[in-house]
Amino acid sequence: MTTDLLKVRNLKQYFPIKGGILGRKVNDVKAVDDISFEVKAGETLSIVGESGCGKSTTGRAILRLDEPTSGEVEFDGKDLLALSKKDMRKMRKNLQIIFQDPYASINPRQTVRQILSEAMNIQGVVPKDKQEDRIKELMDTVGLGPHQIDRFPHEFSGGQRQRIGIARALSVDPQMIICDESVSALDVSIQAQVLNLLKKLQKELDLTYLFISHDLGVVRHISDRVLVMYLGKIVEIADKKSLFDNPKHPYTKTLLSAIPVPDPTVKKEQIILKGDVPSPIDPPSGCRFHTRCPFATDKCKNEDPELRTNDDLMASGHRAACHYIEEIESGEMQPHE
Amino acid sequence: MADTTVSASTVEKKRINPQIENFKNVWRKLRQNRLAMAGGFLIIFFCVAAVVGPWLTSNDPNMPNVSDRLQGPSGEYWFGTDHHGRDIFTRLVHGMSITLRIGISSVIVGGTVGVFLGIISGYYGGRIDAVIMRSMDVLLAFPSILLALGIVAVLGGSITNVIIAIAIFSIPVFARIVRGSTLAVRKLEYIDAVRALGASDARIIFLHILPNIVSPIIVQATLFIATAVLSATGLSFLGLGATPPTPEWGAMLADGRNYMWDHPHIALFPGLAIALVVLAFNLFGDGVRDALDPKLKS
Repeated sequence: MTTDLLKVRNLKQYFPIKGGILGRKVNDVKAVDDISFEVKAGETLSIVGESGCGKSTTGRAILRLDEPTSGEVEFDGKDLLALSKKDMRKMRKNLQIIFQDPYASINPRQTVRQILSEAMNIQGVVPKDKQEDRIKELMDTVGLGPHQIDRFPHEFSGGQRQRIGIARALSVDPQMIICDESVSALDVSIQAQVLNLLKKLQKELDLTYLFISHDLGVVRHISDRVLVMYLGKIVEIADKKSLFDNPKHPYTKTLLSAIPVPDPTVKKEQIILKGDVPSPIDPPSGCRFHTRCPFATDKCKNEDPELRTNDDLMASGHRAACHYIEEIESGEMQPHE
Repeated sequence: MADTTVSASTVEKKRINPQIENFKNVWRKLRQNRLAMAGGFLIIFFCVAAVVGPWLTSNDPNMPNVSDRLQGPSGEYWFGTDHHGRDIFTRLVHGMSITLRIGISSVIVGGTVGVFLGIISGYYGGRIDAVIMRSMDVLLAFPSILLALGIVAVLGGSITNVIIAIAIFSIPVFARIVRGSTLAVRKLEYIDAVRALGASDARIIFLHILPNIVSPIIVQATLFIATAVLSATGLSFLGLGATPPTPEWGAMLADGRNYMWDHPHIALFPGLAIALVVLAFNLFGDGVRDALDPKLKS
């Protein structure tokens, strides 16, 4: 049994909306609303969901790039949210992030050497006289040549810039890396290169990934386990195989039915949802998906479903937040209209 | 083997530091702007005159010479003499360094404080931001010259106090601009990236935010020198700045006021000098702004 490297407990991230003459808080955007999960050492846990479901916010809250409203984030046995700013700065060595946009995530005024040596200096991981070797080694690890060490970001392509971002994250020898849509901005061929690089690095350096993405194809390629979010809540969490082969939550089913199949003869049952995602300012009562769920009943409107499992229907560790897992599975409940 | 060296050297040539490249671009645009270049040359001319001029003029700027009082421009006295018989040209040349010193040092002092407050305000936000920016609003609510008058009246009239007064009313101008730029830069992902690496706030502010907001600061500083010169001469004109017999231009203008009808040259030349300096800094500042931010030009 592997240990949990990261434990998130009841994490909430509300962004206040100010208004009125005195600029008082009128309401909150409930971007992440009471979620709990854990990431085991050495695994890749993916968070998927549509835009605005709170997946990036979760990543940023774990790193305290935005201070979370409440909850606990336990990393390697230490509660990150309880640390002082100074201790947190030291702790950041272990937890790194790779961003989405390789054009925005690197300071255009710094060379590769400056970017990487700054990272090393901040955490003091490599003495100054050994930095050059280490920088070249890192560049080699991510597939950049040592002759590119004094180049500026604008001299690189998007894929190469993303490699610089990866090298920067690796430069402090982290245990865990949060990949926030790290390949979404790259074109498909480069995506594959970067994903394979991430996989290779995971094996070699024993890294743990929290992989945030909206691209189910990418998620299927890289994950060990998958967590599905909808409007700031977790709707389903399972190992990759169970989730893709045996989804239990109606939302997950819809999401998976949207993956295109590269075979025109295959007739796939597509579930198309009606309406838009409700606003996270005033999320629906009960199950947040009830406004769009084809199976919704009065119970869904009033009672918030807990994440639960059913040993007969689901593999161990597979949990979904739906009142009617069994009824839908047995066909007892049919979608309305 | 030969091939690799060739390709290596071409690669070497292509390597451009974006800062230097950026500076070259700005310089190229600035050179094409004739008005800005005219302003720039005037500024250089004034600076040289301020340093070298006092060594070249033969007359004493402050020594009264009653026999030659109120003379018009001539070969001996290029710009004529004032009511004490002092050579106006000599006094203008000696006053140049005072004018420039007030303009530049008040911008340096006020700019430094303003930039610091603006960055703190924009970076930390929240309550700190509210406190700083509201006090800036209070400062801005006073008409600038009235505020400067008040400060000089309290501190007493001297060139140092004029500098302090002007610096104080320049603080909110810089703070506002810097705060706005900081807010824009702070949201960029690479700032989050260095923060995630564990960089301290000071490191982020000085190494990552400040270098990215220098353009608006430079523009504002150049343009504000003109305002500072105008306010400083204004204060002296009202008798609150430099004490006589200092050859301060505003004070000279005030001296000429009593002889406007019969001897207009006494007021005319200091007035022209003030106008020229202000014009030079304004033209150059506008040019710098256009060169640094082509989007603003319309």
